[in-house]
Amino acid sequence: MSDLNKSTLLEIINLIKLKKISSLEITNHFIKNIEKSKNLNCFITTCFEKTIKSAKDFDAKKDFSGLLSGVPLAVKDLFCTKNTKTTAGSKILSNFIPTYESTVTDNLWSEGAILLGKLNCDEFAMGSSNETSFFGNTINPVGKNLVPGGSSGGSASALAANLTPATIGTDTGGSIRQPASFTGTVGLKPTYGLCSRWGIVAFASSLDQAGPMTKNVEDCALLLEAMSGYDEKDSTSINKKKENYSKNLNPKINGLKIGIPKEYRVENMPKEIDGLWKKGIDILKNSGAKIIDISLPHTKYALPTYYIVAPAEASSNLARYDGIKFGYRSIKGKNLIEMYENTRGEGFGDEVKRRVLIGTYVLSSGYYDAYYLKAQKVRRLIKNDFDKCFKGVDAILTPSTPSSAFKIGEKSNDPISMYLNDIFTVPVNLAGIPAISIPAGHDSKGYPLGLQLISKALDEQKILNLAFAMEKSIDFKQSFNRWWE
Amino acid sequence: MSIEKNQVKKVAKLSRISLDENKVESLSKDLNSIINFVEQLNKLDTKDTKPLSSVIDKTLEPRNDKVNDGKIKDEILKNSPDKNEDFFIVPKVIE
Amino acid sequence: MDKEKFDYYIKTEKNNWEVVIGLEVHAQVISASKLFSGSSTKFGAKPNTQVSLVDSAFPGMLPVVNQYCIEQAIKTGLGLNAKINLLSIFDRKNYFYADLPAGYQISQYKNPIVGEGEVTLDMPYGSKKVRIERLHLEQDAGKSIHDMSPDNTFVDLNRSGVALMEIVSKPDLRSPSEVNTYVKKLRTIMRYLGTCDGNMQEGSLRADVNVSVRKKGEKKFGTRCEIKNVNSIKFMEMAIDTEAKRQVELLESGKNIEQETRLFDTKKNETRSMRSKEEAHDYRYFPDPDLLPLEIEHSYIEKLKKNLPELPDQKKKRFIKKFKLTPYEANVLVSEADTSKYFEEVIKDADIKLAKNWIIVELFAVLNKKNLDIKDSPVSPKNLSSLINAISSGEISGKIAKKVFEMMVESGDEPSKIIKEKGLKQQSDPKELEKIVLKVLESNSDKVSQYKSGKEKLYGFFIGEIMKASSGKANPKLVNDILKEKLKNDQKS
Repeated sequence: MSDLNKSTLLEIINLIKLKKISSLEITNHFIKNIEKSKNLNCFITTCFEKTIKSAKDFDAKKDFSGLLSGVPLAVKDLFCTKNTKTTAGSKILSNFIPTYESTVTDNLWSEGAILLGKLNCDEFAMGSSNETSFFGNTINPVGKNLVPGGSSGGSASALAANLTPATIGTDTGGSIRQPASFTGTVGLKPTYGLCSRWGIVAFASSLDQAGPMTKNVEDCALLLEAMSGYDEKDSTSINKKKENYSKNLNPKINGLKIGIPKEYRVENMPKEIDGLWKKGIDILKNSGAKIIDISLPHTKYALPTYYIVAPAEASSNLARYDGIKFGYRSIKGKNLIEMYENTRGEGFGDEVKRRVLIGTYVLSSGYYDAYYLKAQKVRRLIKNDFDKCFKGVDAILTPSTPSSAFKIGEKSNDPISMYLNDIFTVPVNLAGIPAISIPAGHDSKGYPLGLQLISKALDEQKILNLAFAMEKSIDFKQSFNRWWE
Repeated sequence: MSIEKNQVKKVAKLSRISLDENKVESLSKDLNSIINFVEQLNKLDTKDTKPLSSVIDKTLEPRNDKVNDGKIKDEILKNSPDKNEDFFIVPKVIE
Repeated sequence: MDKEKFDYYIKTEKNNWEVVIGLEVHAQVISASKLFSGSSTKFGAKPNTQVSLVDSAFPGMLPVVNQYCIEQAIKTGLGLNAKINLLSIFDRKNYFYADLPAGYQISQYKNPIVGEGEVTLDMPYGSKKVRIERLHLEQDAGKSIHDMSPDNTFVDLNRSGVALMEIVSKPDLRSPSEVNTYVKKLRTIMRYLGTCDGNMQEGSLRADVNVSVRKKGEKKFGTRCEIKNVNSIKFMEMAIDTEAKRQVELLESGKNIEQETRLFDTKKNETRSMRSKEEAHDYRYFPDPDLLPLEIEHSYIEKLKKNLPELPDQKKKRFIKKFKLTPYEANVLVSEADTSKYFEEVIKDADIKLAKNWIIVELFAVLNKKNLDIKDSPVSPKNLSSLINAISSGEISGKIAKKVFEMMVESGDEPSKIIKEKGLKQQSDPKELEKIVLKVLESNSDKVSQYKSGKEKLYGFFIGEIMKASSGKANPKLVNDILKEKLKNDQKS
């Protein structure tokens, strides 16, 4: 069954539908892979007994009406899963067993998918390397000492190493696209409000958005279709008809106008990335798209804006982890206040503490206007930049990241250099618009690199089509000798 | 602007996070580098810009006033580190 | 009336101190479910049985606002003659407390749903306007129970997330009695509107009281202290008086007032600093990113305005004009929507003048004694109306009516039944009455002689005897006519 390691999500769905393979067989295949791949540290929790039972139930019922019938899927451990531990990569939630299911994962199970396990991630999704996880860092199958990116690092590694046929992550500032880029996979951050946030452990509410991570663009369209949709339990959910992204996938991009923003040509960008970008432009040109130089003048302010807005919201969102209703409680402390301080002091890791403190600081009296309000204003300028550009172009092409995957420990002592990783991904979150990262080539070390396509809000179909077209021309290949097994 | 060590402690207090005394120094350094980084924004003139708190172009959609939740005491208390049959239990609140 | 007589000053040897008071009233919104979740708001449920995952802030839970709570806030705003803001924003107020599960309270900070308004108070010295600064919607917290164990606090989240309206007044109040009238007036308005039941025992209405003092005639406000969470009008009055005196004492001994939050100890009748709990409070308000701005259509406000019930001030005006009541009587009758409803029921077909007196004097005395609300009155409006008609028609005298009323209170029976069963119908047959009069005069012939020789005081004695002889049932007017006639005749003969 070694072929299965090359199979895409869509191929597996078809194999199950055509009864060439049972749900149980495919489930066992992934379980075997997972068990052999513990070195990668992709999973925080597995629940194989439950998974196998669900697969058997599926095989008994043979209901093929769902989009994801009988497919086992692992998900980022930020999605609350009923009766299965959900940790958000944090000690403070290390024993938390939700009694409820997030809307997005529920949508997957309603389409016939089966929970395969919970994937490692940076603590509360705060990180770009998966190194902030309480459960240890995940290894990138691309290289022994490489980070998979973050925060959906466990998801990206598991996907690249074939421990799950596809997966979902969350993206607050690049947490889907950057690890996709680092692992040679496809990742899409949808329009803010397209996927419900209900039941997803919150990091920064105005930026968080769940999205698909897959091996190719077709899978991505299918998974987005399955997970998205209006949810009345989320006040920020967009009420619109569900799209048929996979059926409408079309590589004809003739006549589409693609913007190339000059501000993304940053200092010290590796030549390879610049070359890759040019290659992407050529492919689009050759496919009949029109290339237009554009300007997004406030791009360089996106990261500083993000590092005010996101920590501010996080400092408030994480106040509920107080040792009272759920999660870890320190045994130290004689009174309530001491209990709070010790619980949170012991329960949160360093990066989370840094961000909570920064967030508290920028909201505190005397600093609110100078930092938080200022950032909200610049956020509007950044969004205005995009709004203006999308009057003239259909999509924007940029590199996904300013570098390929870096070594474990390389940036963990310098928060700013770590933050700079998200320089190309963050503006999109601030503007609430969709973007997809697709693998586009390798650098001189043989590490994968991604290109990012951005569109205006709710134009997911357009970037999927563009990505689909580019994917055909790029013909990205990645194979591992499964060195970690 | 820079954050002094005692300011770090104050913010930690406000955030209800205990800090190891020997970590305050390095934490202050980190926070200062972040604050310096975000202060780039001061270069921008935003006098006439309205703050943006939501990217969604719609307003709140209220729900009807129906009782359709609650009555799940066991579920609510299930994950609590300290509870009895009816209540969450916390160390004494000192007023 | 003379305003001076009612002035409230803290008087010392050196000065007269004026007390300046502003109120933040927290009124629980009448709604079936909570402000941001579908849990019930019913009072008195078993602990933690009216709590959803949203109310207890489980990871990933999101608030969805309750339409009816918005409607209730707008209606209340209209009742306070206030501006309704077409755009308002929910903010997070961040602080840690055992009964605040999210670590923040969703409230409205810079952009409340209701802006400036005004309430008119009827004081003995005339009407007084109190300006309303704002009204905003916010979540209630849960309940911490400190007295069940020596080492632990128990937390019940049933109240967590229940909708409250915070109504903030300008510092326009000047005495405990004005505060008393103001809170009662707010309560009356909200009860008329059906937006808050005003039940202080159940905590549906509480207030934070801001108190400062300044020398009489001074323009600048003094430094204020906020007395938190006072839950009865009586305690508000006591707390203000105590706090004002404390401040005066400090100032006169040359000390400063520190702006702070204080707690009123009802047992010791003193306020004390809450600084220990307050330490470094910094609420870090910011717009709740889980919620979007709340927009209200102008047409929606107009619709609510049109369907607003008649409010106490309007009703009072109408009562004075239409029923010729005095302002005092009108005030008393409109102070509760149920009272005015009762009054209007009774006068549907009974004499207005008798009706208002019977309600204000007799009925209120009974309700007070029995500690009953007027809607639970043992005497129904219809029965009171029949009783009044029995008086008007001469069927019974006013004195007998009081007896009948007493029996109505005890039994809840109709007056006609009581009058008939007890044979209380007034004796109005002139021939029968004449017989009684003559009999009384005959058996008191000595007194008749004395009367005739000028001792006219005895007239009352004869009336008394006649009434006694008729068991109180004799029609007093007829008795009077006949007695006068008989005594005159005798004189002549």
